[in-house]
Order: sequence, then C-alpha cells, then structure tokens
Amino acid sequence: MPVSVFYDASTRTVLAELSGDIDHCTARGLRTPVDEEILKHLPLRLILDFEKVGFMDSSGIGLIIGRYKLMNDLGGSIIAVNPSPEVRKVMDLAGVGRLCSIIYQKHRSFVGGIKL
Amino acid sequence: MKESSLNEMTVQFPSLSENERFARLAVSGFISSLDPALDELSEIKTAVSEAVTNCIVHAYRDTVGIISMQVRILEGMRVYIRIRDKGCGIPDVAQARTPLFTTAPDEERAGLGFAIMESFTDRLRVTSREGKGTTVTMLRTLRTRKPADGEV
Ligand SMILES: Nc1ncnc2c1ncn2[C@@H]1O[C@H](COP(=O)(O)OP(=O)(O)OP(=O)(O)O)[C@@H](O)[C@H]1O
Ligand SMILES: [Mg+2]
Repeated sequence: MPVSVFYDASTRTVLAELSGDIDHCTARGLRTPVDEEILKHLPLRLILDFEKVGFMDSSGIGLIIGRYKLMNDLGGSIIAVNPSPEVRKVMDLAGVGRLCSIIYQKHRSFVGGIKL
Repeated sequence: MKESSLNEMTVQFPSLSENERFARLAVSGFISSLDPALDELSEIKTAVSEAVTNCIVHAYRDTVGIISMQVRILEGMRVYIRIRDKGCGIPDVAQARTPLFTTAPDEERAGLGFAIMESFTDRLRVTSREGKGTTVTMLRTLRTRKPADGEV
C-alpha cells in the first residue's frame, strides 16, 4: 500500500503516511484514499508524512497543493512531516513552506499517528 | 560537430505512466559507473522524471506515442540527456518555461517541471515545433570525488 490513512477524532486530524515514489503514475492512487478520509471526517488538520517517500517530482507538489486547497476550503490546514533531504529540496524549490509548515518529528504518541 | 561520448545509450518506450519510473532507473543505472553522489543522482532522476512525464501528460495527451531517451557520458564527468517526443509540440517555449505556467491546472499540475529541470541541471535546452514534437536536452557536470569522500 503506497498510503496508510488514519483519523484521530480527539485532535480532528487525518494522518496520511505516504510511501514509495511520488510521480504522475502514483499520484492518483495516493490522492484518492486521502481525499476520501478528509471528506468523511472533515478534519481541521491534515498531516502528510513523507518519511517513507524515496522520490518525489512536481507531481508531488501538485498533490500537496491540491490537498492544501481542499483543507483550506474546509477551514483547516496541512503539515508536512519528515521529508528526506532530496524530497525537501523539491519542496523548497516549489515554495511549499509558504503553504504549510514542514517539520521533523521523531516520536509518535498515538497508534499510527503523530501528536503535535 | 557532435562531441564523442565515452559511453552512450538510446532507449525508446511508449508513453505509459509506469515508464516514468523505468526512465529514472535506466538513467541512474547507466550513469552509476561515474559514481555520482546521492544528491546528484536524485536531482538527475528528478529532471528526467519531469521531462518524461511531460511527454506522457502533454505531448501524447489522450494517445500513446514513442518517447526516445538518449544518455551520453562525456569527458569531464558530464552527463548529457536528450528526451524527445513526436507529440503535439509547444507553441511558445519561452512561456512554457516560465515557472508556474501550466496548460493543465485542473489536473493538479503545478507548472514547475521546466523550473525543476533548469535548477537540477547545468544547461536546459528546449526545442519544439507545433504538431511535430519536442526535444529537451540537459547537461549536468558531476563533481569529481576523491575515494576518501566517505561514501561507499
Ligand atoms: N513535451 C511536451 N509537449 C507538449 N507540451 C509540453 C511538453 N512539455 C511541456 N509542455 C507544455 O509546457 C507547460 C509547462 O511544462 P512544465 O513541466 O513546466 O509544467 P506542467 O507539466 O504543466 O506542470 P508540472 O510539471 O509542475 O506537473 C505544460 O503545461 C505544457 O503545456
Ligand atoms: Mg511537467
């Protein structure tokens, strides 16, 4: 599975753990389950976890911007977590930091999730 | 006159999206004899992915056509990559290369492909003719590394 999605009701947060390569070929398969979970729970926050992403090109930027717009429409926000230096370079080139915070987090405090 | 290569390969493949990954792996495999650093390799793969994806998404929109990719290793740790399609072509290349310009905003395209190719290579050339196709060439010089560099 290239993406695992979790919902934490107490923080109204959807966490999406992405994995593998993010390119035009894989973007749709990553997007659909994330959007389904968002539309089901209408969360306040979406966390995109890039820890297990080995490669990302501009299709990943499109994916982030698209989710940013969706969460923005719902009055929520997004956070990008743990991108590798290579993925981070593409994010920085695209100015992703202007849409969301990019943070590095080692410890997880709820099952499958990240508590901030 | 064409500069002679130390090594060179040309592959052709249909514009199927699973070939984006193939193209990245083919290039990184081919240039592995130069022992590129991790960051260089990842930048080259990203630039290749952008050029190939453009052929699939734009040049051969709604059809499948042939993408040709040539990789040449030149004297002085230089890598030359040429990616060519015979698709729809680009009416205004200067405009297409402008960051954030895209003709497919509703497909979650960011308009950053050319900007990424440009910043991850030393030279990017785009030539195109409407109805005939597009050729993208990229040149990237790798750092020469001493064996004591630490990386294996
Ligand atoms: N090989 C090609 N054939 C035809 N048109 C192309 C080709 N490559 C690029 N274009 C045109 O140039 C525009 C800009 O390309 P660029 O790669 O910078 O952005 P994009 O593909 O639209 O978005 P992104 O790459 O961020 O997903 C495209 O929207 C398209 O109109
Ligand atoms: Mg593109």
